[in-house]
Amino acid sequence: MAYVPLADQDSEMEMHHPHSWVTKYVWSQDHKVIAIQYGGLAIAVGVVALILSLLMRMQLGFPETFDLIDPSSYYQSVTMHGMIMVVYMLTALLLGGFGNYLIPLMCGARDMVFPFLNMLSVWVYALSVIILLSSFFVGGGPTGSGWTLYPPQTALAGTPGHDMGIVLMLLSLAVFVVAFTMGGLNYVTTVLQYRCRGLTMMRLPLTVWGIFIATILGLFAFPALLVSAIMMLFDLLLGTSFFMPAVIEAGTPLDHNGGSPILFQHLFWFFGHPEVYIVALPAFGLVSDVLSTHARKNIFGYRMMVWAIIAIGGLSFVVWAHHMYVSGMHPYFGFFFATTTLIIAVPTALKVYNWVLTLWEGDIRLNAPMYFAIGFIFTFIHGGLTGLFLGNVVIDLPLSDTYFVVAHFHMVMGVSPVLVIFAALYHWFPKVSGRMFHEGMAKAHFWITFLGTYAIYLPMHYLGFLGVPRRYYAMGATDFIPESAQDLNAAITIAALIVGAAQILFFVNIFWSLRNGKKAGPNPWGSASLEWQTPDTPPKHGNWGDELPTVYRWAYDYSVPGAHEDFIPQNVPESEEPTADEQHFDPDHDASKAGA
Amino acid sequence: MALAVVIFLLVIGSVIFHFASPWWFTDIAADWGSIDFTINVTFWVTGIVFILLNLFLAYCVYKFRQKPGHKAVYEPENHKLEVWLSVITTVGVVAMLAPGLFVWASIVTPPDDATEFEAMGQQWQWAFRYPGADGILGTADTQMVTETNPFGVNIADPNGQDDVIVSAPEMHLPLDKPVKALLRSNDTLHNYTVPQFRVKMDLVPGLISYIWFEPNKAGRYDIMCEELCGIGHFAMRGSVVVETQAEYDVWLAAQPTFAETQTVAAANPAAGQAQYAVCAACHGAQGEGNQALNSPKLAGQSPWYIERQLKYFKEGARGGEGDTNGQAMTAMANMLVDDTAIRNMAAYIATMPDTAATPTVTGDVANGYEIYDRNCAACHLDNGDGTWYTDAPKLAGMSDWYFVTQISNFRAGIRGLHPSDVYGEQMVGMATAMSGLEEIEDVAAYINTLR
Amino acid sequence: MSLFKTLTDKPWERKGIIGGLNPEGTFESPPERVALGFFLTIASVIFSMFGVSYVIRMSLPDWEPLAEPSQLWLNTGLLAISSILFQWARNIANAGKQKNLMTAFIGGGVFAVLFIAGQMVIWENLQATGFYVASNPANSFFYLLTGLHIAHLLGGLWVWSKSSIRLLSGSKPEDVRLSIELCTLYWHFLLIVWLVIFAILSNT
Repeated sequence: MAYVPLADQDSEMEMHHPHSWVTKYVWSQDHKVIAIQYGGLAIAVGVVALILSLLMRMQLGFPETFDLIDPSSYYQSVTMHGMIMVVYMLTALLLGGFGNYLIPLMCGARDMVFPFLNMLSVWVYALSVIILLSSFFVGGGPTGSGWTLYPPQTALAGTPGHDMGIVLMLLSLAVFVVAFTMGGLNYVTTVLQYRCRGLTMMRLPLTVWGIFIATILGLFAFPALLVSAIMMLFDLLLGTSFFMPAVIEAGTPLDHNGGSPILFQHLFWFFGHPEVYIVALPAFGLVSDVLSTHARKNIFGYRMMVWAIIAIGGLSFVVWAHHMYVSGMHPYFGFFFATTTLIIAVPTALKVYNWVLTLWEGDIRLNAPMYFAIGFIFTFIHGGLTGLFLGNVVIDLPLSDTYFVVAHFHMVMGVSPVLVIFAALYHWFPKVSGRMFHEGMAKAHFWITFLGTYAIYLPMHYLGFLGVPRRYYAMGATDFIPESAQDLNAAITIAALIVGAAQILFFVNIFWSLRNGKKAGPNPWGSASLEWQTPDTPPKHGNWGDELPTVYRWAYDYSVPGAHEDFIPQNVPESEEPTADEQHFDPDHDASKAGA
Repeated sequence: MALAVVIFLLVIGSVIFHFASPWWFTDIAADWGSIDFTINVTFWVTGIVFILLNLFLAYCVYKFRQKPGHKAVYEPENHKLEVWLSVITTVGVVAMLAPGLFVWASIVTPPDDATEFEAMGQQWQWAFRYPGADGILGTADTQMVTETNPFGVNIADPNGQDDVIVSAPEMHLPLDKPVKALLRSNDTLHNYTVPQFRVKMDLVPGLISYIWFEPNKAGRYDIMCEELCGIGHFAMRGSVVVETQAEYDVWLAAQPTFAETQTVAAANPAAGQAQYAVCAACHGAQGEGNQALNSPKLAGQSPWYIERQLKYFKEGARGGEGDTNGQAMTAMANMLVDDTAIRNMAAYIATMPDTAATPTVTGDVANGYEIYDRNCAACHLDNGDGTWYTDAPKLAGMSDWYFVTQISNFRAGIRGLHPSDVYGEQMVGMATAMSGLEEIEDVAAYINTLR
Repeated sequence: MSLFKTLTDKPWERKGIIGGLNPEGTFESPPERVALGFFLTIASVIFSMFGVSYVIRMSLPDWEPLAEPSQLWLNTGLLAISSILFQWARNIANAGKQKNLMTAFIGGGVFAVLFIAGQMVIWENLQATGFYVASNPANSFFYLLTGLHIAHLLGGLWVWSKSSIRLLSGSKPEDVRLSIELCTLYWHFLLIVWLVIFAILSNT
């Protein structure tokens, strides 16, 4: 038997070609369909979380006017908004959505290594979403203990959803971890084993690097969440005292004794901090590729970018307790964690420099994906710099648990990844759908989202400086917060409502373009990386037709001196370089030809 | 092009916003100027980086935007530049971190001459304990908490006998003396924050955490809880009064010691009965209440609540502007000359037979249940009995029309906003769970089913 | 090619095909084995998280050590036999033989089932003598760790039962060779995990 490259073993066996509508779109094992299922579901729950946040903003901006939510549902909204956005939206969309779509294509593989497991992953994820959302419909509603789920509060009657809500939340998280593990094993194994001929690790686009390292982080970090969820379920349902100390619930002592709430916090943040980078690293990767393609220039300092991704990934496991400076843990931990946290700023800063240096002496094409990508650089600089306040333990003392924290993490892991997600959705939309999106609508979407979110979060930092605490249903009277803070709150709410409403533009654009967009052709951006070189657009099941591609170069051969075109695709051998122009496709000039 | 201009304007706008904004840290009132110094260092370093990087970004976008005939430069990397950038970044990071670590070292080591006090949090109130003459706080444990010993002070510990107990959410501290706050919680995580002192720390059930500071400016400051502790989190407030040593000593001496709180003479219901004759005219001989005279039912209400409200009426914390019926009560309450008389009165009322009041309010019980179960039950309990632990009076079987007027008063700001009515203030926030008269009546109707 | 060399490679300088049919950096193992390697790492992380929690919780004052039942030694023996039988099956399959393959492979699974049954008996006995899951954190951890270990074994038994059915229905040994190998690896892992858990439980 002749040796078959690992990446092509599936063509030897029979591909699991779908035979009916159900196997094609529901129980599909095609990574591209799974990606769309993952992404679609993640965006759908993201919209739920967005609506929850708008409800909270209405309460905060106009406390006595709307009466939409009471204290109980306010805390439930806080909790569900946070958990959905971090885990069920961002993680699922970036890894399950973009990871699934792009890894096999960028690696030149026909599919993931284990397509069946991949299908299972998305449906188990769907199950976790159903369990999570079902908590809205049980007695007491979803848990209102904040997305951090700190015990003993989660278990006490003073917290909404302390009976069914929290159990469903923990169950849903455990199921999500299972789904993530199934997907994650696929992503890492595919990247390691299914790269096509010639595609060394250092020839991979940074998107794959970002998702690859993020997945490894996830595989090691999510167990901590699973472990804490299991132990908390024991405490809640079986009466053990892993995390529960002796406490009094509304005047009655409970049966627990001796447990350590801080142990839970350590476990939670051992997951929770890497989680930040599970979201950030794929976004770093995606934005690098969007920037490089549209600047018509290689990503500056590719090796440094890879090292930074790895360094950030590694460091992210030794900084977790910077979320716990005021938790009552041993104060000496502060020295260690403040130091590691500020060290992580160095590789992160290098990434920012390299993005900007990628633009330097480029040939920047200012279209909608690029707008979002450049907008990301701005918001990420802002969010990254405010992180230096909070990471430095003494500055965290006055600012911790104020709106400064809220503004910081929304800037750095809310707005920034979301801008990247939009950049990436617009950038890869032509490959996924075969059609171009509406540029004008996309740019309008950008302007409102970018300026609107800055109008939300820049002033919010100043509420934090004032000392306005987070997670307050109503501010009430204080002697240190001036009346004008409420005006600021109202302005933030108005900006938030506008940004929220503007997201409709995105959905309109997508659905309009699916039918009416110009035909895109295989490579509308003139991109060098492999996913744009598929024989069909959108790629068919199996991606590459009869023969897998062979890779001769890295993914960033843009504007190579002497080359005829300003990009050379990865699968073009050196000998063919000058004739690469037939690959080129300019949507503004060639759209009509391609559409024919 | 537009993008470059917008980024430029955003940078300028952010700087202007910063300097023009009236929103900044509150004036510091403790000896932690070093924290503010570290913040300023970080602010300047990050501010300069923010301006330079973004202006450079805007310049790149402007200068290198796509133009006909223009081609990007091929430059895979510039190792020397990257090394330089790493070095400069590292220097900046060290500049911010180093002062931080030094300040942290002083934050974690309280000076030897710091006097201690204990701040105890529970859902959703503050209480405080001072070490008394011996300078040592007695041991305490959540498992020993009772209504008469809310701190769970170890009765067998001699050090605890002279501890000064402050069962109200207002504490005092002397000026210019370092103090170490020992933090303890009876139920869940809380956080002791006084924004003017800059430092904060969580209260963790099962252990004692600490912070220290030296108040250096006289005044009255809010104590906030800044760790989510349940539905009443936003309403968990206290205050700290910083005053001269002499004033502080006078205040401290007026507070009871733990031993005193344990040996209070039993109240005398008979004495209360003698004085009740005046009350009976409106509230009825059996404390059954009389709606026509706007007098709520008293029988069955917890004595601690009756006592507290009588004191409020005396002090003027209740019965202020807009509360005409309450004003009538002020005169009545003043007839009780001292705390003993008030205690006797409450003790007498506690002996009255508790027959549920006749319902007078109708409403949507199902909606009332929704609201009550989600928001009220956390303090007033599922059965509406209330509990001393959350400072929640009994609601079930009490006058429903009175409930409606009081909630309306809380919502209108008539009750609960007086600075001395520290417990009523919480209800001002919670009462917004009911959007208007209709929902208040719905809840009243539901409470009527709890008898 | 070392990791360091891989990561310091300047990809823009090297053009053309690097490596053979599989590019540089690909492991010489089937993907299933690579995935199992990752999975075992994750499982180790899970067990070590519990281990760390155990040690931290143990240092708190209300901890009362649990006297481990001596039957644990017997159960450990059962699991060890199970592991040995799997190794035997793997050796047979790797040599391309068929004799005793069925006995070894299926026997291995049966001993694992016996181990689980033995653990259940211990649980029963503990319950009967008043050591409930919530009585003391030491008990809680005992039930939790043994239970978690059993859960992992059950997962393994699910794969084992599928392979057994394929073997019994006459599949060729080379078709199930990979399954047998992966099962063996997994069983050895779970034996080691069990030995570590056992050591921690009996020494505290």
